Amino acid sequence: MLETIWFVLWGLLWAIYFVLDGFDFGMGTLLPFAARTEAERRTIYNAAGPFWDGNEVWLITAGGVTFAAFPKAYAVMFSALYAPLLILLFALIFRAVSFEFRNKIDSPGWRKVWDAFQFLGNFLPALLFGVAFANLFMGIPVDGDGVYHGNLLKLLNLYGLLGGVFFVLMFALHGALWMGIKSTGELHDRAVALARGIWPLLLCAALAFLAATAVYTNLYGNYLRVPPLLVFPILAVASLLTSRFFIASNSVGMAWVCNAVFIVCVTFFGVFGMYPALLPSSMDPAFSVTIANGASSPLTLKIMLTVVVIFVPLVLAYQGWVYSVFTHKITDEDLEDEHAY
Amino acid sequence: MDVVMLSRLQFAVAVFFHFIFVPLTLGLSVLIAVMQTIYYRTGNETYKRMAKFWGKLFLINFTLGVVTGITLEFQFGTNWSRYSEYVGDIFGSLLAIEATLAFFLESTFLAVWVFGWERVSKKVHLFAIWAVAFASNLSGLWIILANGWMQNPVGYVIRNNRAELDNFLTVLSNPYAWGQFFHNLFAAWMLAGFFVLGISAWHLLRRNEEDFFNRSFKLAAGFTTQKSAPMYLLAVPDESAEGNAIQVFGIPGVLSLLAFNDPSAEVKGLKDFPKEDRPPVLLTFLNFRVMVGLGTLFPLLAGAAFLFRNRLQDKPWLLKALPWAIPLPYIAIMAGWAVAEIGRQPWIVYGMMRTTDAVSPVPASSVAVSLLAFGAVYTLLGVLDIYLLRKYARKGPAA
Repeated sequence: MLETIWFVLWGLLWAIYFVLDGFDFGMGTLLPFAARTEAERRTIYNAAGPFWDGNEVWLITAGGVTFAAFPKAYAVMFSALYAPLLILLFALIFRAVSFEFRNKIDSPGWRKVWDAFQFLGNFLPALLFGVAFANLFMGIPVDGDGVYHGNLLKLLNLYGLLGGVFFVLMFALHGALWMGIKSTGELHDRAVALARGIWPLLLCAALAFLAATAVYTNLYGNYLRVPPLLVFPILAVASLLTSRFFIASNSVGMAWVCNAVFIVCVTFFGVFGMYPALLPSSMDPAFSVTIANGASSPLTLKIMLTVVVIFVPLVLAYQGWVYSVFTHKITDEDLEDEHAY
Repeated sequence: MDVVMLSRLQFAVAVFFHFIFVPLTLGLSVLIAVMQTIYYRTGNETYKRMAKFWGKLFLINFTLGVVTGITLEFQFGTNWSRYSEYVGDIFGSLLAIEATLAFFLESTFLAVWVFGWERVSKKVHLFAIWAVAFASNLSGLWIILANGWMQNPVGYVIRNNRAELDNFLTVLSNPYAWGQFFHNLFAAWMLAGFFVLGISAWHLLRRNEEDFFNRSFKLAAGFTTQKSAPMYLLAVPDESAEGNAIQVFGIPGVLSLLAFNDPSAEVKGLKDFPKEDRPPVLLTFLNFRVMVGLGTLFPLLAGAAFLFRNRLQDKPWLLKALPWAIPLPYIAIMAGWAVAEIGRQPWIVYGMMRTTDAVSPVPASSVAVSLLAFGAVYTLLGVLDIYLLRKYARKGPAA
């Protein structure tokens, strides 16, 4: 039971991470397409300004909690995904640095370099998280000793790439909507237009991914066994359809909330489909890392549960407060502030 | 080179590079919080400008600390998967608690501080910087509890072919870890003190913004003197009294190694240990000497800064020397960590798990490539960071 609670929490932490850092990924990915002037570029940076760092901590926490609650899953997963994970981490390094360094030297060439890193530092993680999670859903070739029998190219299979494209589009829509929330004028209109343009692509990718999941993975097994779980894929599709309605009526805030629900449901759809495995092995189901063979001791799980039950709501509360303080639209005055990015 | 050595090198690159940024974050956040508190209480705008100026340098430094910390966390999984699997029950929990308790607080309230000058009340804004200072130092406690457990594993049982938690309070009250924590804390605060002293001295010598840098200097001089004296007592073991040494170097092997003054004698001290259980003697010894040598210098320098704080312009030698002292605490801290980490070898968890048994089953070629990538990326970032820090430090508060 304790292990199952932790499995759900594990999925929840990833879901929160994707919802929050997802819009940073999306805005960075759209930066070259959405912004035409320097002021618009800086608006996009500052739209993520007070949030991206706090959002990234959810990744550290998701990683840390995997380490604490499912050490074997942490060990096998991250050593198996060695190359993609390190590329992802380097991309995140350059993203962070591009925020901090871009405005520190007054030269267009310098800024262009960091704009390129801001794009790559958001686009690559979005893509790689999609590729990695799709491969996890499908199972990866690890043996009973936790040794990975594959390479980077093996992860870039059809289903993995579909997962990557799907995640990029999902986060791009999320970012376009956040950009719409935080901007005014032409940039706002362009952000909404981008959201309109991305939406049908995302719908196609989502449906293709749902269909391909039936072909490439065993995720639906759990859904056939426990039909109430189908609420997650259904709610995912429903919230995606609803977001289109809000985009059409120019309610970017509500559309963003719908897309956030969509991201949570997509994450849960995949994670609950994998249950009880955290890392299904494609070589032999007996080699999979599951909540039965991969969890920490009951004592550790209990202590960590106490910590998480107390502190995660607290974190959500003060981060929620920070969001409420800084959801205002970025104005020229904000950009002139000496602390702005 | 084999995968163990490559992985150790990569971890060394990642952890030492990360630790360039950590101590300044720990110490400078406290100093900035003090400056802002004075501003809050007195309304003196100079202290507001001080908080902003030192805050700008803090942020340039902070960003690299954050991102290099993430690679470090995941590196236990990528490169030390056998270790992670074996000790995750305890070690992983401490890292997860660090993130949940400290990192969120630090990152979230830093954003409030940076972007909130005009958006939140003065009181909330002051709270934000204290939250950053508290959280960054709190994160230091948790990571050192984790490292302390590797040096002196307590509160565990070996069960199910791994180390499982037996008593959480024993892990939390690990005396080795607490000794190491205060040692690190004082070192970090002292480093930040020397950072502020050095930059202030540079400007005072040129008579830039004298009032501003005099106030910064005085604040840092008091701070640094307070920190470097206990550091000296804690770090420089009296050869006759092993009590101090034990506090810092709980590892018996290192202790016997360091109880003597010359490297040849030390091998004798180690003779009770089987050869395969001895750490690399010379490297540990040299790093220890560097740390102790510099540790002896710091109270003298800090003391001089404190003594002459009211007549600095009469002591140009001091103003000229202090900027050159900025790198010294960095070197001492790196040397100290080298003693702790190299001195623990061949164990990854002292007496429990050998480093050679801890490494991931990944091909050496993968680690060689990633090690090169780490080297290249970190060198580039290090150079850029130092360039920007120097640029903004020289520019002064007027910019």
